[in-house]
Amino acid sequence: MSHDVYKCKVISKKEIAPNIIDVTVESKEIASAAMAGQFLHVKCGDDISMPLRRPISICDAEDDKLRFIFEVKGRGTKNLLLIDDEIDIMGPLGTPFTIDNDKYKNPAVIGGGIGTYPLFKLTKELDNPTVYLGFRSEAQVTLEDEFNSVCDMTVVATDDGSYGYNGYAIDLLKGKIENDVVDIIYACGPKPMLKAVKALAEANNIPCQISLEERMGCGIGACLTCSCETKTEGTWKYKRVCKNGPVFWSTEVVL
Amino acid sequence: MNMKVNIAGVELNNPIITASGTYGFGREYGEFYSLNELGAICVKGLTLLPREGNPPPRITETYGGILNSVGLQNPGVEAFIEYELPELKKYTCKVIANMSGNTIEDYCKMAERLSDSDVDMLEMNISCPNVKAGGVAFGTNADTILNITKEVKKYAKKPLIVKLSPNVTDITEMAKAAEQGGADALSLINTLLGMAIDIKTRRPILANVTGGLSGPAVKPVAVRMIYQVRQCTNLPIIGMGGVTTGDDAIEMMLAGSNAIAVGTANFMNPYACVDIKKGIVDYMEKYNIDDVNDISGKVIVK
Repeated sequence: MSHDVYKCKVISKKEIAPNIIDVTVESKEIASAAMAGQFLHVKCGDDISMPLRRPISICDAEDDKLRFIFEVKGRGTKNLLLIDDEIDIMGPLGTPFTIDNDKYKNPAVIGGGIGTYPLFKLTKELDNPTVYLGFRSEAQVTLEDEFNSVCDMTVVATDDGSYGYNGYAIDLLKGKIENDVVDIIYACGPKPMLKAVKALAEANNIPCQISLEERMGCGIGACLTCSCETKTEGTWKYKRVCKNGPVFWSTEVVL
Repeated sequence: MNMKVNIAGVELNNPIITASGTYGFGREYGEFYSLNELGAICVKGLTLLPREGNPPPRITETYGGILNSVGLQNPGVEAFIEYELPELKKYTCKVIANMSGNTIEDYCKMAERLSDSDVDMLEMNISCPNVKAGGVAFGTNADTILNITKEVKKYAKKPLIVKLSPNVTDITEMAKAAEQGGADALSLINTLLGMAIDIKTRRPILANVTGGLSGPAVKPVAVRMIYQVRQCTNLPIIGMGGVTTGDDAIEMMLAGSNAIAVGTANFMNPYACVDIKKGIVDYMEKYNIDDVNDISGKVIVK
């Protein structure tokens, strides 16, 4: 089995933007098995008051260091923020991104908001990717320098124009497709963005992988609660985001 | 120390059963530990034909519990028998097939088909709160329970467990009706019908609007109902509803259950079933109890 439950010592924890927490923990087992696009199922409190773990994407994994970045949003993540010693983590889980540097010479990576973080490890492992990162405003722009250090081309866009390109990251990707070669697209972000990326990729016949999120139960494929609609009929019309995903080919899913 | 329990003539190695719907067909949790650790697996709710289930979101956390509305997504009884059952039969744990249907005829057909398979027991789910037809509609009226149990018994050649809904005024009436209809055992409680609203969007969190509440929050309701049912029947009882620790399991057995099922706790801790079993052993050692059956129904009420 490539995944299990571990008590992971917190090595560092910092707020890199308002309510955005960057955590590195120690876990040789998870870090060595982790693949880009996989996620962690994180316990945020005690069993009785918070029965569900929270799925959080892996941002990076190297040697015995495992890094994830989350947004403080509800009571689970509020409580997770308070854990300073050891975090109970199940992982690595889910189907990772498909990386094939021989087949795809011109990959484009597009992320929005907290959906940019799962793309970091992917970007490190791709040859020559062009990366588009979209945020609401300058205050939310994070990891730009780090993306820049692992690829040749990182472009940041903000919805309000306060930093970088004034508009949506997908407009930049659209321009790239019109003027240049893109042979695969990787995307993670808010649903409206994923819908637009899926439509753009399919209109141009470009293979596209998207990473989805959904409210989750077990995290390993048993409980069938984190479903997403696919084009399959019958029992597997709703596939499991935790097991069949979180990464899907855009043509598989209905958003 | 004896951990074996007997439910309607079927001997389980220990009183730990997985609750239907939380454990799939055992494949995923079987990666964490051997399924030989379990007394029995109660598999994901089956229907005669495959079902696609409800649209997402299907789950949300509430204080001390979860609400779910999966809507019985499953591959159907034939696919279960062909692809899942042979895998489960490699282990020493017993296999309980959980059946749901829209009509009495559905349940009868499934009971007949599953009786010819290698499953050890049948659990009739007449208490699913997440499907429109059938399900809970059968399980909240004593006359209907009596009738459906009687009919299904005609086709069930394996012990028939009737799973009771807590969404009733008097659980003992339902238990007595099932017994009168010929049930070989009872399991309780299914989930409590609940609802959660996102106050920012003013929309229900679950796409199905309502869902079934499970987890630690429902345990006192389960313990009370098991206690009440124990007073009115001698049928074996599989107790469930929020069992998270060995202590919870002991409490439920003291209330009157002969075995316990673990559901939501699996999500918190994939080793929950193993840990709960160990917790039961610890309690027995501490109190010098040689036989786990000596705990059942031993609550002292003066």
